[in-house]
Amino acid sequence: MTAADMGTITAVADLRTVRRRRQILVVAGMVLLVLVAGTGALLVGAAGLTPGQAIAGAVGLGDKGDVFIIQKLRLPRVEAAVVVGAAFGLAGALFQSTLRNPLASPDILGISSGASLGAVTGVLALGMSGVALSGLAFTGAGLVALAIWLLAWRKGLHSIRFVLVGVGFAYLCSSLVAWTMARADENEAAGVLIWTVGSVSDIRGEQLGLVAAGTLVLSVAVALIARTQGPLSLGDDNARALGVHVDAARVGTLLLAVALVALATSAAGPIAFVALVAPAIARRLVNDGGAALAASTATGAALVLVADVVGQHGLFGVAAPVGIVTGLVGAPYLLWLLATNEKRSR
Amino acid sequence: MTNLRAEDVSLGYDGLRVIEGLDLTLPDGKITAVVGPNACGKSTLLRGLARLHPLDGGRITLGGVDITAMPRKELARKVGMLPQSSIAPDGVRVAELVSRGRYPHQGWFGRHSSDDDAVVTTALESTGVAELVDRPVAELSGGQRQRVWIAMVLAQQTDIVLLDEPTTFLDVRHQLDLLDLLTELNRDRGTTVAMVLHELNLAARYADHLVVMSAGRIVAEGAPSDVLTREVVNEAFGLRAQVVPDPVAGSPLVVPVGRFHSSAVEPSAR
Repeated sequence: MTAADMGTITAVADLRTVRRRRQILVVAGMVLLVLVAGTGALLVGAAGLTPGQAIAGAVGLGDKGDVFIIQKLRLPRVEAAVVVGAAFGLAGALFQSTLRNPLASPDILGISSGASLGAVTGVLALGMSGVALSGLAFTGAGLVALAIWLLAWRKGLHSIRFVLVGVGFAYLCSSLVAWTMARADENEAAGVLIWTVGSVSDIRGEQLGLVAAGTLVLSVAVALIARTQGPLSLGDDNARALGVHVDAARVGTLLLAVALVALATSAAGPIAFVALVAPAIARRLVNDGGAALAASTATGAALVLVADVVGQHGLFGVAAPVGIVTGLVGAPYLLWLLATNEKRSR
Repeated sequence: MTNLRAEDVSLGYDGLRVIEGLDLTLPDGKITAVVGPNACGKSTLLRGLARLHPLDGGRITLGGVDITAMPRKELARKVGMLPQSSIAPDGVRVAELVSRGRYPHQGWFGRHSSDDDAVVTTALESTGVAELVDRPVAELSGGQRQRVWIAMVLAQQTDIVLLDEPTTFLDVRHQLDLLDLLTELNRDRGTTVAMVLHELNLAARYADHLVVMSAGRIVAEGAPSDVLTREVVNEAFGLRAQVVPDPVAGSPLVVPVGRFHSSAVEPSAR
């Protein structure tokens, strides 16, 4: 090897190190944000606790009342926000990279509204509650995904068709949800409202454990097939030429993404725009042309937690369920994304 | 015997037949150029050879083995393909894009090794883009970008490289640079190169084996000097042309006639 070759090989290795370091840095930054916001959420509330009391409460020591407040009320909510946010962030990143479309996200594709429809029908028509209700929300998301699939599949999965069919289903499901609610009794309708905006305030105990375990298992499965995302980002032909089974990889990835969304939505309802925005932020921060799966997961967790803290304590004059807060932040972001995309393509 | 070969191959889109019962063998260690009018099926043929497009009939074999019987990754270690107008994802840097060519050589948990770095470096050096290592691909000029894509295919380390119109969107100097580069690869490493080209005269100059297609079939194939005659050009392109020796390379040079110009002397040669 010549000196020039050695220089290039060092540059190639250096670039890889720099890029990996940047990914780690983004994930670490988001984790730090989660820790700060999480600690804040444990300390602040109707019953003001000192940091010492909060830490003691978290590990089960100290005053019984403090332990109850921390372990039964505040900690589950923080954990739920993190788990659900991570699931939405990862699912959004998978949708966007697999369909190669930054607008592809479960909210826009109607998969979240499918879950809402399932839950709302369960409550209003069947009088269900608890885990069974979550099951129905999961089924709703799955059915919509399946329907999009069947209608979008023509000798392979075409991204644009998938997105357009999904948008159609989003409208269909939202209309059905609105119709079901309009026909229901006023008080009952108010009770299911949460299934149309999303909230992490009531996820605890067994349900929280279930959602956390499910998200973990699905994330491991994602890690196993994540390697195909690199070639897939170069387009179908290039991916095939590099030896990827494009249809199988895409079907597998989307199945996992749908499962993540269904799981998170079945517990928290459709938390607007997280799956759309978190991966976009993560990709912008990592900026290596990859899918930024880990960074999106961490960003989703941080985003939902911060939005929940803001909404819960009425910071900046916003006191609302987390889904409203993310919607208020997400919608302008979406507009901005569309505006800047337009400029670039011109 | 590692010939890539199409046997009685039919290809099409949604029931529309583009190619019917075509036979072609890419000569080992040679440069093959496929030329023909628009929509004659030359790109489709190349995509079929690389297993990017399912066959409607017949089979493609590599060293006698049906390529559909091979795992995709194994095929990707033997046959590289650069599709038409590939678009790099936002933010990706030159060395990262080229590194993706290592995919078929990596296992399930494959991380890039120092071997991969060495292969990527060689690919960057031989395509003359080594100094661009950490530049975003999106910021490069058309000629540089095409070299980077070719470097990615080279990083695949295949004995056969297929390229679908690699010179499109390049000015004439960059076209020559690119074809020189492919010739160098072919001579230095014995890589079998097959490419679809639009520019007849460059194809005639750079190819060892020229395939002229029209309406989904091969009109003529062989050494460019044997194949590229007035009759063949007329049959394939429906074009009146004179064919004279290229003053530089001696290969056939096609000079089209058109409606408004005609030569005073109609040469009898060829």
